[in-house]
Amino acid sequence: MAELLILVPWLFGGWAFAISSNKWRPWVLPLGGLAHSVLTVMALQEPGLTGLNGWLSLDPLGKLVLGLISVMFLLCACYAPGYLAQRPERNNRVMCSCLMLSLGMMTLIILSHHLGLMWVAMEATTLVSVPGLYFNHNSRSLEATWKYLLICSVGIALALLGSLFFAYSAVHAGLESTLMFDDLLKEAPQLSVPWLHTAFVLLLVGYGTKMGLAPMHTWKPDAYGEAPGMIGALLAGCMTNCAFLSILRFVLIARAAGQREFADRILIFVGLFSMAVGTVFMVRQRDFKRMLGYSSVEHMGILVLGIGIGGGACWAALLHMINNGLTKGVLFLSAGNIHRAYATKQTADVRGVIRRLPVSGVMFLLGFLAITGSPPFAPFISEFGLLSSAFRQGHYWAGGLFASMLLIVFFGYGATVTTMVFGAPSPAAKSTTFQDSFATCWPIVGFGLLVLMLGLYLPPFMAELLRDAVSYVEMKSPG
Amino acid sequence: MNLSLIDPFLVVLLMLNFIQLGVGRLPTIIMMVALQGVILGVIFPFTHHDASAGWEGVISIRLLALAAAMIVMKGWLMPRMLYYAFKESQMRGQIDPYLGLTASLLLGALGTGVMMAFSSRLPLREEHASHLLVPAALSTVFTGLLILTTRREPLTQVAGYLVLENGIVIFGLLLVEAMPFLVEVGVLLDVFVGVFVMGIILQQVDRHLPSPGSDHLRTLKE
Repeated sequence: MAELLILVPWLFGGWAFAISSNKWRPWVLPLGGLAHSVLTVMALQEPGLTGLNGWLSLDPLGKLVLGLISVMFLLCACYAPGYLAQRPERNNRVMCSCLMLSLGMMTLIILSHHLGLMWVAMEATTLVSVPGLYFNHNSRSLEATWKYLLICSVGIALALLGSLFFAYSAVHAGLESTLMFDDLLKEAPQLSVPWLHTAFVLLLVGYGTKMGLAPMHTWKPDAYGEAPGMIGALLAGCMTNCAFLSILRFVLIARAAGQREFADRILIFVGLFSMAVGTVFMVRQRDFKRMLGYSSVEHMGILVLGIGIGGGACWAALLHMINNGLTKGVLFLSAGNIHRAYATKQTADVRGVIRRLPVSGVMFLLGFLAITGSPPFAPFISEFGLLSSAFRQGHYWAGGLFASMLLIVFFGYGATVTTMVFGAPSPAAKSTTFQDSFATCWPIVGFGLLVLMLGLYLPPFMAELLRDAVSYVEMKSPG
Repeated sequence: MNLSLIDPFLVVLLMLNFIQLGVGRLPTIIMMVALQGVILGVIFPFTHHDASAGWEGVISIRLLALAAAMIVMKGWLMPRMLYYAFKESQMRGQIDPYLGLTASLLLGALGTGVMMAFSSRLPLREEHASHLLVPAALSTVFTGLLILTTRREPLTQVAGYLVLENGIVIFGLLLVEAMPFLVEVGVLLDVFVGVFVMGIILQQVDRHLPSPGSDHLRTLKE
């Protein structure tokens, strides 16, 4: 079963490559996404799923991320045929195949309990994202793709060095040389502390680059700004969360080695710094897709901040991973529709979106309200949970800064979004004939309904998945 | 593991780092990257040579296959792709770095010294402490980062990425037991495909953008 979860998307990728019709090929994506979702539901019900002689294992943290990426991919894949039908001039063969390959690679990251194999899959996701990022084939997307590829490859290379340092910390302690996560976790109290510290920093820099944490985030606004909305949603909701999971695995080893204070202090600092960078660049941002890139930097900061604070904030951070991913689905897909209709990403040229694109405009506005933590949407629950937990645990400075930055983002982001969606449509609204259609809107509404539902009601199976993931983190990271 | 055998090779690797920092001709830099790849492939089996097992310790199919793959990919295929991209582009042979060559060389020497000092402070196992492996690995990683950050041309940056990766491979020589065959091949393949994709993008840069160099890759900003 574990192997199937990885192989099935790859087979669909091969099928997409073999189809010659540019019109019918995108339909492989929802079919592949559906097949992956069915396998995911089966995998989530199976306790202790393993494969490849223990190299693959689905732990409670992995279950949470796997469920999220499967839903995210399925809804984005359902958006793809409608979107690609608007782009008949572009050959989508390589992009469709690579999207399915990337789903398989992300699943491999989640399942992999061998840190070397996890690295291989992580670098592979960088490479297979390239055709999606460069889909528009212009000089701006070329530059964004180049920066993404080079910065992420260098970052991930440093993560490999960090992984090797982790392995050496075991060798130095006289233990057997290993990169198996479970072995390192078991042997953590005996690992060499100086090697472990260096390894942790390198891994945070390396996988933090892929996650888009500041100051390694520089590829993010460019890539999110130039990629099609669907690719932006997949990067922001799936790929970055896979990198977050990888960082979490090393946090668990560091904590199990008795280095909780060291790791948590760094996570809190990096989290707040990422939030600050995201906040500063989001306010008065002139490009609404780049604005979403900075929003992602901010929310990745929230995730690591929550893990650094720990306790109830860990629950909030894991819930926020899901809430942020789904809300980014609403925002990126609706922003993609707005971009198609107005043929510009400049906020100054976009006015009256609700009149020009009623569904996308309303969803973009609701997405903004959700991501800035307004009730009754799901991010309100996770952000409020993180804030109250920070104060409860005595992190007054972190809690205060967190709340202040959320407030600044609300007003800064809000000023841009409200001027875009309300009022009379600007001249740019007549640039194209693109209209909201069922095919390009229902996945956005689907994401929106999920964000609303999770704000009002957490289904028991999800509550259980979250509880198990939090218990797993707390159990594996004493101290 | 017999590390004393490989120390002379590591000295050559360090010298190649300096040459890369000090020369301004792109084909020479690519050749130095290729030479580093070949040296890594050659020393790979020796790091796992078990003196008590005689030559049988060296000649295992797994080690030889990996060493051959390393020589072919790092020493020939990847540099060949870089050279091809260079020939196809309108790029001049002489690079135009942000930081002058003499300053780069001095910074490289300083960095190597710092890495040597840092390595001597790291708690190494007794059998690793007296050898050049860890300082050479860290210095090569530093050189790669220096090339990446101080060179303007995208192709030189790819060469820097390969040097950085070579540094990581040197450190990985200490840990072959932790890296199963499948993972080693996976890492090599990822880097190869990465360089291949970078080469394709650079071809697109030449096709879409008017002038050589990487100045036109700096239009996206706030």
